[in-house]
Amino acid sequence: MKEITYLKAINEAIDEEMARDPGVIVMGQDVRKWGAPLGVFKDLYEKYGERVLDTGISETAMVGAAAGSAATGLRPIVHIMFGEFLGVCMSDIRCALTKTRYMTGGKTKFPATIMTYTGAGRSAAGEHSACPYGVMMATPGLKIVAPATPYDAKGLTKAAIREDNPVLVFYHVGLILSRDTGLIPEEEYIVPIGQAAIKREGSDVTVVAIGLMVHRALAAADRLQKEGISLEVVDPRTLAPLDKPTIIESLRKTGRLVIMDEEPKTESASSEIAAIIAEEAFDYLDAPIKRVCAPDTPIPFSQALEREWMPDEADLIRAVKELVS
Amino acid sequence: MDIEKKKLLDMYRMMVRIRLFEEQMARDFADGKIPGFLHLSVGQEANAAGVCANLREDDIITTNHRGHGHVIAKGGNGYSLAPLVAEIYGKGTGLNKGKAGSQHLSDLDIGVLVAEGIQGTPLTLAVGAALSAKLKDTDQVAVAFIGDGTLNTGRFHEGMNMASAWKLPLICYCENNIYAETTSIYESTNLTDLTSRAAAFGVPGVAVDGNDVMAVYEATAEAVARARRGDGVTFIEGRTCRHRGHFEGDAQTYRTRKERDECLKRDPIPRFRARLIEMGAFTERGSDSIHRAALKEVAAAVKFALESPEPPPEEVLTDVYA
Repeated sequence: MKEITYLKAINEAIDEEMARDPGVIVMGQDVRKWGAPLGVFKDLYEKYGERVLDTGISETAMVGAAAGSAATGLRPIVHIMFGEFLGVCMSDIRCALTKTRYMTGGKTKFPATIMTYTGAGRSAAGEHSACPYGVMMATPGLKIVAPATPYDAKGLTKAAIREDNPVLVFYHVGLILSRDTGLIPEEEYIVPIGQAAIKREGSDVTVVAIGLMVHRALAAADRLQKEGISLEVVDPRTLAPLDKPTIIESLRKTGRLVIMDEEPKTESASSEIAAIIAEEAFDYLDAPIKRVCAPDTPIPFSQALEREWMPDEADLIRAVKELVS
Repeated sequence: MDIEKKKLLDMYRMMVRIRLFEEQMARDFADGKIPGFLHLSVGQEANAAGVCANLREDDIITTNHRGHGHVIAKGGNGYSLAPLVAEIYGKGTGLNKGKAGSQHLSDLDIGVLVAEGIQGTPLTLAVGAALSAKLKDTDQVAVAFIGDGTLNTGRFHEGMNMASAWKLPLICYCENNIYAETTSIYESTNLTDLTSRAAAFGVPGVAVDGNDVMAVYEATAEAVARARRGDGVTFIEGRTCRHRGHFEGDAQTYRTRKERDECLKRDPIPRFRARLIEMGAFTERGSDSIHRAALKEVAAAVKFALESPEPPPEEVLTDVYA
């Protein structure tokens, strides 16, 4: 095993996959000399040359070119810098890249990976902070992953690149900038798409948390443990297709569910998870489902306001106590 | 340029096949046999035939909502029309199992990547195909068939800029039929010489009479040679016109009688036929037999589609993921 940061884990995954498969290419803004902002592609241009392409600011052409090159034998990675920028190329993602396979009658495959940065907490204001999980989940044919640890970041990135379908990878900026390290194996490994992970076992309340929120849920679990309340923290890791059995099995054990999601509540990932539980696991609920989300507002700039906006441990602890009291 | 006789006859046969195919689809749509909506390329056949006569089977094209002719032309005269008609009918035997319909036909086996209904994506997808050819060091080329309306999209700018920056083996072929649906280019842009747009990307812009198949062929031949040599992108504007409306059922109240009559007078098929007779490439009887064979072929394709079963209900859930 070795210690590695989240950022280095992503970079290592892309590097290994580019070494393994000459069809893997990178398209994005500032990817060659800078390795993209925050550096997930650092040093790859020096190693792989023309397979790392600076695109200029052209999100629709990037995604279209990804679809066209994926259909004709390459395995493109497209870097759409921040989550909110997905809106610039939304129909290119939803239609050209993702629906086309269905419309070919299954004749053509589109093995492309879109990587994007998400997450508030850096005073990046309304356009560079969003986690648009829910809106992207409403895209049939698109797989979506959101790793929360260095281990998952590496394993899911490798799985995404090898996947024969379009995959959208949400990397949380707060985790990329973190100096914290996690343990990963020295040898190669993959984290399969579609598998949730129990990040902490517990017996009183299930908390489903996504991305950075996994860490806030784990911190809350530590504090609540001292008060005799036991949280089970489930990280879906893949948002589409969701690992429903793992979430439902955890709920069956605890009888109580909180979903912690760094999105405005309306049409968020938490909406879909709550709907699934209401529809498919209602009998396991001993109390109403609680959602700890952001308010339905744009993300504010001021640090004080942004702290207020982001779901945190205190919000989660309050919700849990309402459930168990 | 001397175009060999066989090539000329092949292009003529292709134009006739596309014309009779489209006219049959118009009748079938009017009879209620075709679901959805239908955009026909009647009058624009010289563009499809003249461009695709320059391409190899492994070259890639993308097309748009008005794409039947491009698919047929890319497939060549030996390409069966039956799965195409069945697809347009929404049948299970269709080219794409009834999941595409008229507007989204594709067949990568003959180099048709896809027909896209959101304008501009045919170009950006072709940029990707051209990028594959360049990075894999094949000498394939990619052709995007777009319409004049696409020039006002952001995707056109992004796609042309990217392809020219990367010097990709791409031909952007714009069929300028004057109208984006019902809006004429004279209302939607201040720059109606569309080839002048090419200068913005530092690539050659060539205008041809899109109703003269030999002119289309020659301009494309040069662009294809340039792309295969590694010299990059060419923009071609084929100046053409629609015999029919934007879609079937369009009353075309936005066009004057005079303008439509002038368009009909430019019909590329009788024009090419007269020229071939004059050149001694075939006789009137020879041309009639081409028409008869095409009629028979289209009728057989329609029969196949009519007799084909609907797709089974379980097909709704297949092909979402590879």
